[in-house]
Amino acid sequence: MTPHPDPPPQRGEGIGNVVSNTGLAIEVNDLTKRFGRFLAVDRVSFQVRRGEVFGFLGPNGSGKSTTIRMLCGILIPTSGSGRVAGFDVARDPERVRENIGYMSQKFSLYEELTARENLDFFAGIYGLAESDSARRREEVLGLSGLTDYRNVLARELPGGLRQRLALASAILHRPSVLFLDEPTAGVDPISRRDFWELIRRMAAEGTAIFVTTHYMDEAEHCHSLAFIYQGRLIASGPPARLKGTLHGCLVEVEVPTDQLHAALGALRALPLAREVAMFGAALHTTLDSAEAIPALQETLRSRAIEARRVEAILPSLEDVFVSLVAQEAEQ
Amino acid sequence: MIRRIWTIMRKEFIEIWRDPRSLGFVLSMPVLMLMLYGYGISSDVKRVPLVVYDRDGTPAARELLRRFTSTEYFLVSAWVDSLRELRLAIDRGDARVGLMIPEDFSQNLGADRPATIQFVVDGSDSNTASIAIGNIASISKSTELAPRGLRPGIFIRPKTENPVPIELRTWVWYNPELKSTNFLVPGLTAVILMMLAALLTSLTVAREWERGTMESLIASPLRPHELMIGKILPYVVIGLVDVGLILLVGVFWFRVPLRGGLVLLTTSSMIFLLGSLGIGLFISAATRSVQVAFQLSLLTTMLPALLLSGFFYPIENMPMLLQAITYAIPARYFLVVIRGIFLKGVGLAVLWKELVFLSLFAALTLIASSAKFKKRLE
Repeated sequence: MTPHPDPPPQRGEGIGNVVSNTGLAIEVNDLTKRFGRFLAVDRVSFQVRRGEVFGFLGPNGSGKSTTIRMLCGILIPTSGSGRVAGFDVARDPERVRENIGYMSQKFSLYEELTARENLDFFAGIYGLAESDSARRREEVLGLSGLTDYRNVLARELPGGLRQRLALASAILHRPSVLFLDEPTAGVDPISRRDFWELIRRMAAEGTAIFVTTHYMDEAEHCHSLAFIYQGRLIASGPPARLKGTLHGCLVEVEVPTDQLHAALGALRALPLAREVAMFGAALHTTLDSAEAIPALQETLRSRAIEARRVEAILPSLEDVFVSLVAQEAEQ
Repeated sequence: MIRRIWTIMRKEFIEIWRDPRSLGFVLSMPVLMLMLYGYGISSDVKRVPLVVYDRDGTPAARELLRRFTSTEYFLVSAWVDSLRELRLAIDRGDARVGLMIPEDFSQNLGADRPATIQFVVDGSDSNTASIAIGNIASISKSTELAPRGLRPGIFIRPKTENPVPIELRTWVWYNPELKSTNFLVPGLTAVILMMLAALLTSLTVAREWERGTMESLIASPLRPHELMIGKILPYVVIGLVDVGLILLVGVFWFRVPLRGGLVLLTTSSMIFLLGSLGIGLFISAATRSVQVAFQLSLLTTMLPALLLSGFFYPIENMPMLLQAITYAIPARYFLVVIRGIFLKGVGLAVLWKELVFLSLFAALTLIASSAKFKKRLE
């Protein structure tokens, strides 16, 4: 999967969806949710433009689902404000619900209903006009490649198709903002690729997409990212810029497998190497700058460890996330 | 709004239709329960096993015995030759009633003296025992025995000096044969409706929580009351189908008389049904697990409807505390209504108090569960 996200369209262009007067699809300021003494979401702020794919990343229990639920009008925020599709989530949750699509973690479908019946059900719930609903149903069936499966019971559909049916149910009413909570969990890689293809197409048509995931490779598909950790937003921005925020220089060291542990110990003992971690058969470590590489090579040589390759590499989002969480934990 | 309610209803019907187990349960349970209670738990005590110790052994004694065994109430299960054996037969449960005919029975009869016979009744099952005693008394009193000089075994000795002979004649109204199915079938309607309605509604909502579909519904413009109405209506329809089934089987198979009006019967069944559906919704607002919902609805509807409604056990015989509790059980009122309609053919003029209570109960549970439901979503 080579990530090549299309650039998000500029505000004002595209199809006539409901947009707030600021042109933002989602606008969140100091959003907070407290359950008793537990602070699930702590003063989170961010913005999502129309046509933007916004990735919301964080480990389980970090506050991802709580945030998504507040934005969908399911949970009422303790404090702070959120505007979705131009409506306030606390004051106008019903208008918010009419203008968003929500696909929950479990691809919640009615198992005993066919693909077509599931879609008809959601068309009825969202109050699509009788004449429009049949046409729109065929449209989303085609879009999600489910036309041949229309009369199959949802429980008999394989994982990838269930996921697409859940997505089809969520976009039936042409929402201007789409919320996807872990949309690719438990789906095979090919289906995941097709799914992202679909998401990017919808974004290109002007839909704002808010997606949570813990697959770091998928995060590369997003125009913009936000990392949430223990209820707090610890970083946000486009993937490329986030990678740039990693201080220092990421270095990959390749050694023979039988020397991996010796090398790990040697690097951890080295004061100039921060955060040494095993990455497959190699080691990743962060140096203050690339100029420290010869010193690192010297150390390994002195310990009779054969460094096959030592080079500065571009950090992946996973490196960024590991480093951000480590910094956060130190504080 | 109508569109959304209709959408929910259609979905519920498809789900019920595609789940043969629950569909079978819904349709067969009323008939099955009717058969079970109509035959199995019938409190008519018939063919009671009788152990006979005949010390007289004359044709007169056999004639006496024939009087008892020619009815369908008693059946000779054993003949014995000693009181010890008679006792043993009852102890073992081979017989529930023992008859001892003394050796001077026919002599006394011939000499026009009072001839006494002795019955021993197993009282461990008090209900069967008291009915058997009643049957013995009525057979002994039967007129045919009088010309032959037999006296009934149960005497009422007047205490006054100049006894006024009083002849007790009982005239049973409404259910002259005292057929217990006449009493049970209408009562079963209450039990079945209560159980089915509460169980099915609580299960259908709990299932939405368990499968995660509730979350999609909450994130949609669907309003809580639309969801509730859409969920309730299919079960009102099913409940009424079940009432119809019970009626058909009750009237045409068990020959239970239906003396009152069908309209009143249907309307009051619906009112009662709504209250039970309200209980079901209340339960589903309190739990998100199908299993807990199942247990709670059985506990809160079936047991009270069976035990505290007057269906099995007369309320007047209960301890004061239990009697007080029965006033809060809707099945108690519905039983009065439905037995009244079935057996007495009475109308609104008599039953309005019960119907008012049932309506209030339905309104209360629906409003309370609606409020609780809303709160749960927020």
